[in-house]
Amino acid sequence: MSHVETNASTQAILAEVNPAVKPRPVLVENNRSHAWITEKVCGVIEGKTPVWWWVCFSVACGVASCSVVGFFYLVAAGVGVWGHANPVNWAWDIINFVFWVGIAHAGTLISAILCLARQNWRTSINRTAEAMTIFSVACAGLFPALHVGRVWLAVLPGYLFPVPNANAIWPNFRSALEWDVFAVSTYGSVSVLFWYVGLIPDLGTLRDRFFQKGDKVRSAIYGFFAMGWRGSARHWVNHEMAYLLLAGIGTLMVVSVCTIVSFDFATSLIPGWHTTIFPPYFVCGAIFSGFATVLTLLLPMRAIFKFEDLITPYHIDCLCKITLVMGTLVGYAYLMEFIIAWYGANPNEGFTFVNRTFGLYDWAYWIMFSCNVITPQFFWFKKVRSNFAFIFALTIFINIGMWFERFVIIVTSLARDFLPSSWGYYSPSIVEILTFFGTFGVFSVLFLLFIRFLPIIPMAEVKSVTPQADVHGAHS
Amino acid sequence: MSEQSHGLIATFNTASGVYHAAQNVRDAGYKHWDCITPFPVHGLDKAMGLKRSLVPVFSLFGGIAGATAAMAMIFYTGAVDYKLIVGGKPFFSPIPAVPITVEAGIFCSAFGAVVGMFILCRFPMLYHPVLKSDRINAALDDKFLIVIEARDPKFNLAQTKALLEKAGGLDVKELEA
Repeated sequence: MSHVETNASTQAILAEVNPAVKPRPVLVENNRSHAWITEKVCGVIEGKTPVWWWVCFSVACGVASCSVVGFFYLVAAGVGVWGHANPVNWAWDIINFVFWVGIAHAGTLISAILCLARQNWRTSINRTAEAMTIFSVACAGLFPALHVGRVWLAVLPGYLFPVPNANAIWPNFRSALEWDVFAVSTYGSVSVLFWYVGLIPDLGTLRDRFFQKGDKVRSAIYGFFAMGWRGSARHWVNHEMAYLLLAGIGTLMVVSVCTIVSFDFATSLIPGWHTTIFPPYFVCGAIFSGFATVLTLLLPMRAIFKFEDLITPYHIDCLCKITLVMGTLVGYAYLMEFIIAWYGANPNEGFTFVNRTFGLYDWAYWIMFSCNVITPQFFWFKKVRSNFAFIFALTIFINIGMWFERFVIIVTSLARDFLPSSWGYYSPSIVEILTFFGTFGVFSVLFLLFIRFLPIIPMAEVKSVTPQADVHGAHS
Repeated sequence: MSEQSHGLIATFNTASGVYHAAQNVRDAGYKHWDCITPFPVHGLDKAMGLKRSLVPVFSLFGGIAGATAAMAMIFYTGAVDYKLIVGGKPFFSPIPAVPITVEAGIFCSAFGAVVGMFILCRFPMLYHPVLKSDRINAALDDKFLIVIEARDPKFNLAQTKALLEKAGGLDVKELEA
């Protein structure tokens, strides 16, 4: 609290109130030096490729090939190979898209909103979270591109991008799906920018370390991307400002993207979709699943690379608390949907919600409900928040639940719409299942490459929140 | 000064060391000088007397340009180039154009911020004397440097060296250009 005014009245009030002095949690344990941080983080990249990495990488490539096979079969045979047919014409493609986009949101939240809120604990986890964001947006983007069937038309003139098609007609800019194209491409590219700007100083460190070791090739590669970074204070001023701006822009983006994704449903007239609660509900759900995934990725990484001093129990505790808040908000949204359906007194809407809970797909609803509403409630307990194996298990359940949330929303509403004559039951085909399964491989391949070749922990940012970095000596 | 020299370079072991030394160099009236630090030292910009960064200007104009372009594109495609009646609605109305306008604004202001940073830092920088120094490796790890350039009007080898040493600078040496 170095900025508290020390005038007489403040002192008098402080003496009267006698506020408790709560020590700031330590962000780097064991009082590690800056050199230790550099050595620890760069050591991962400079060391020999561990055997487990090759094993995981091979498995991930194997899984990813399922997507490749599914992709080629789809393009060769047409979208009929997927399981959706009247009346459920939208199913796993959009479910998986929303699922992966949702996961992405935690990375932007950690790097943007927590940066603006000056939550210094974000420093050691934001690189990983942003990497997760970029890779899951990549996985998400596959599905809209694939579901048009003739994939080349997604990019060339044009179902998705505003290029006039063969009849010189432009895309319909009133369509929520067209809004999605812009939202998701913005999300992907701004996330990459954010990630890259944060990486530049650390790439400079790696460049010089490899140069000193005599590894000219790697030094040149890292040097190319470091753009000639030299840690100049005149550059840091611009770098910090750009980073802060990106955080502000990212905050706007994190709320707007999932809002626009929810418009895909909310702007339609289907009962169960046509609700104003969708935008905040989707944003909370997205952040919920994203934080669960951050924990799923961080906990093993921390153990494998022995990053206990950099990713402390305090970090995990904070992540669990945010997961709890978001999970509870999602639970609140589930209940609120029912209240609105009842209060709205629309028979179609009422039927849809009763049907969701006790109808054809009740099994999916109850998987969703127990995974998303009950699971996070364990995080109320300090004992749970410090039991990392248990946290890991819970995060897996959360993501299963969040996948089922999208399944429930999309499939139950379409399978039972206004007329009983257009009712049906949807089951996925093997092609869909394999394509989705493969995206976990795609994600893992990208993530494994990231932890092998890039600094997993932002060294410069972590150094700046250590006690040694404080020039005024006020926080020590 | 010989033309071979870029200036003087001094090492500091702590962040507060370089912070207080920077105040001394600023007060001595130098203009062409720099601090090299492994992380953004809080308050060092003020200690050096640096102005506020101009990156927000780039970002603002990027955002305005992006949002305007998006709205204009939707207007041109719907109301000028190919008029198509969809659901009996007007050819152009600004409300359904808002999401795309917002996203394009976000996209271009983010690019503006990054491009602005690159321009102001003069990236990509292919060569700089400091990068050739054998101290750069330590400076991007845990050491701090101050470099005072020879082209500064106040630069005087003996006096500047004395200033840096008095401010706590270690191993004050000339830096090859």
